[in-house]
Amino acid sequence: MKSSPTPSIWLKDIRKVYGATVALDGVTLELRPAEVHALLGENGAGKTTLMKTLFGLTQPDSGHIEVGGVATRLASPRHARAAGIGMVTQHFSLVKTMTVAENLALAEAGLVRVDLAKARSTAEDAPSRYGLEVPADALVADLPVALQQRVEILKALAAGCRYLILDEPTAVLGPKDVDSLLGVIERLRDQESMSIVLISHKMREVERVADRVSVLRRGAVVASTTAKGMTTKELVALMVGGDGGEPVARAATRAKDGAAVALALRGVSVKRVRGGLAEVSFEVREGEILGVAGVSGNGQSELVDVLSGTLRADSGQLEVAGSVIANATPSALLAAGVGMLGEDRHASAVHHLAVVENLVLDQLQSVTHLGHLNRGAMARRCEAAIKEFEIKATPDQHLGTLSGGNMQKVLLARLFGRAPRAAIVSQPTRGLDVASTRYVRSLIAGARDDGTAVVLVSEDLDEVLELADRVAVMYRGQVVGIVRATEVSREKLGEMMAGVSA
Amino acid sequence: MKPRFVLRADDPWWRGPALVALAALVTFVVTAALIRWSGGNPIAAFRYMFINPLQSRFGFTESILSATPLVFTGAAVAIAFRAGYWNIGAEGQLLAGTIGATWFGLHADSLPSVVAVPGILVAGAICGAAWSLVPALLRARLGIDEVVTTLLLNPVALLVITGLLNGPWRNSETGFPDSDVIAKSAMMPVVWPDTRVHLGLAFGVVVTLMCWWFVGRMTGGLKLRAVGLAPGAARIAGLHVERTLLSTAVVSGGIAGMGGASEIAGVAHQLTIGISSGFGYTGVIVATLAALSFVGSLVVALMLGIINVGSFSASRALSIPSTMGEVIQSVLLITVVAALVIQKYRIVWKRGDA
Repeated sequence: MKSSPTPSIWLKDIRKVYGATVALDGVTLELRPAEVHALLGENGAGKTTLMKTLFGLTQPDSGHIEVGGVATRLASPRHARAAGIGMVTQHFSLVKTMTVAENLALAEAGLVRVDLAKARSTAEDAPSRYGLEVPADALVADLPVALQQRVEILKALAAGCRYLILDEPTAVLGPKDVDSLLGVIERLRDQESMSIVLISHKMREVERVADRVSVLRRGAVVASTTAKGMTTKELVALMVGGDGGEPVARAATRAKDGAAVALALRGVSVKRVRGGLAEVSFEVREGEILGVAGVSGNGQSELVDVLSGTLRADSGQLEVAGSVIANATPSALLAAGVGMLGEDRHASAVHHLAVVENLVLDQLQSVTHLGHLNRGAMARRCEAAIKEFEIKATPDQHLGTLSGGNMQKVLLARLFGRAPRAAIVSQPTRGLDVASTRYVRSLIAGARDDGTAVVLVSEDLDEVLELADRVAVMYRGQVVGIVRATEVSREKLGEMMAGVSA
Repeated sequence: MKPRFVLRADDPWWRGPALVALAALVTFVVTAALIRWSGGNPIAAFRYMFINPLQSRFGFTESILSATPLVFTGAAVAIAFRAGYWNIGAEGQLLAGTIGATWFGLHADSLPSVVAVPGILVAGAICGAAWSLVPALLRARLGIDEVVTTLLLNPVALLVITGLLNGPWRNSETGFPDSDVIAKSAMMPVVWPDTRVHLGLAFGVVVTLMCWWFVGRMTGGLKLRAVGLAPGAARIAGLHVERTLLSTAVVSGGIAGMGGASEIAGVAHQLTIGISSGFGYTGVIVATLAALSFVGSLVVALMLGIINVGSFSASRALSIPSTMGEVIQSVLLITVVAALVIQKYRIVWKRGDA
């Protein structure tokens, strides 16, 4: 059953600005007939915004979209669906208390009629037609994630889509299910002549199914090429390759050898079905920045969670200044002098509390007198922080009303204001504008110069190379190598990120 | 066109009062229609409900009396909600408080008033706190939703009272399911001569002001607010979220229990099945109408006390349903909640974008 090829989609000069942040900076992308088009790039590079634009969830500020040669305005997901575009994200939109057939019927339903019989036949035809086996009468809530994902894909197909956007579809799957999903993708391309956008961080999958690949970095397409025949190594090189932007300025001071070890991990493991950490060990000395690089989803978030006390390690030890922290809770780590800046700044911010209150939230003892808040001391500290960290806000303003950059500065002021022994900073400049990015990086370098041991986790290789003294590369939950930042080439790092050990 | 809620950056002093006035206006319009529909004259009805109780000494002091338990439950609910602990069980905790207070009152014959009056409040507080402990532990330790558990324990408390009054505490003289009258020494003294206004009101106001002071001025209060507003961020900042929830829940239950003791010691002087006419549930309305502000909840409690007294006289005089008072409270709740959203967020109409 071979359908006629799906006409191509053109996204031309798509530009989208959120406040001071340019999310998409004139992106042009072609989705050709019957192809699997892989979209690569670090988180925050604009992949999601681009796909939201294509699915009508967000409107570009400028640029236009052609579907099959006809200029089309995708004002909402309804318009996108009418144009034959379907999207499957990591968060499924299934009614869990209904059966598979009922969910499919909802997708096809008109205004009046819900055709359950037709939905059931869709489900029954699915194995032979698409290789998608689903139990039509099972409750969605009872199905494992992999099957729910199949239902979600089938829902898009039942609604008549010709273009399918898959946003990190394998992130939630085990190896066997990944294999079968890739098989389905190939089948949809070869037999149904559909065009598929595949967002993924897994090079192996891209290597297997992608016909073409585009790399997004900071809102722009930096490479768009044929993927057939490319190896994992070449793909990673494409992803991390020089962007031709301004050269990375290296900070002046380097760690002194022989400085005391401030923070150490010894054989830390977190067991998970997917993800997790395997025997991670490293030491960070005072006045040193250890960069942690890796393709997204190779254990970096778990590492940060362990270092901040929100995830309990199954085995291994966490040492601060030579002593083992047995019960590593956030408060225990803070007390030991380990501060952290999470990758999601909103998760660390109490939006409806004032800047002045957020600023002392992790060091309340120091502004408490006989159980009462010393408002005067808090105000003085806040005024000083606003000045020192160039925060554009008043002390009494709710933190939630600040721009991303200023909110980040408040959290950094809180982190570095207590002169921590060690600081964990994760994706510190994600989503920030150029000026804020520069400033935040200079703050991190400044803390290092003051003797703080910094663990910098970032998907932005430029950032890691600019700031880090040493770089630990993570791959599949392991540290595959730790190298001096001055002695390693970008290519070498790319190889390590692709799993070729140092 | 879809509405989007955007956090307001500014908070001018006039916006809150202006929105409350608007909410009151909308409430008047809506309830006037309902009163008209049930055959009454809205203007006359509103005069009976809001003005008349304030014009006579009796009406005013009865309003204060009616507001007294609401002062306790309003504060109890407000402090729990501020911590993000959705305690809908103030009713049950108040009832548990009446049990503790009655037990104490029945055994307080030999005690002087100076000991017995504070003692009966403490007994109520302990029982109220104990009643809130199980849902609080379930929430803090196992993450079980407290809305359901606290709510479902309310009828349980009433059943315990029914059991006690039909069993060990059955009235020894009449044989009716009312307890015996508590010791004289444990009764709240009347503080306004020739009225029924009793010392419980003063205790309620003091407790409310202590909550206000704690939440606004003390370090523990800032922790409580941070946990309530963003538990994840509070945990990252090293605060003990579970501990805060647990202690707030217990304090909240204790305050509600004190409210129950105040009713026993101040008004009823014995335990009856109808000891609470939904004071705990009305406490949720009080706290919400006051936007979880403690000083505001004092004002709201008095206002609802006035409506309570007024709606009865309105119903007698104009033969409109006496439940009209509750209807007004409910409409007011809806309009004020809507106004609170507008106070915090502005609504932006945006095309297409979700």
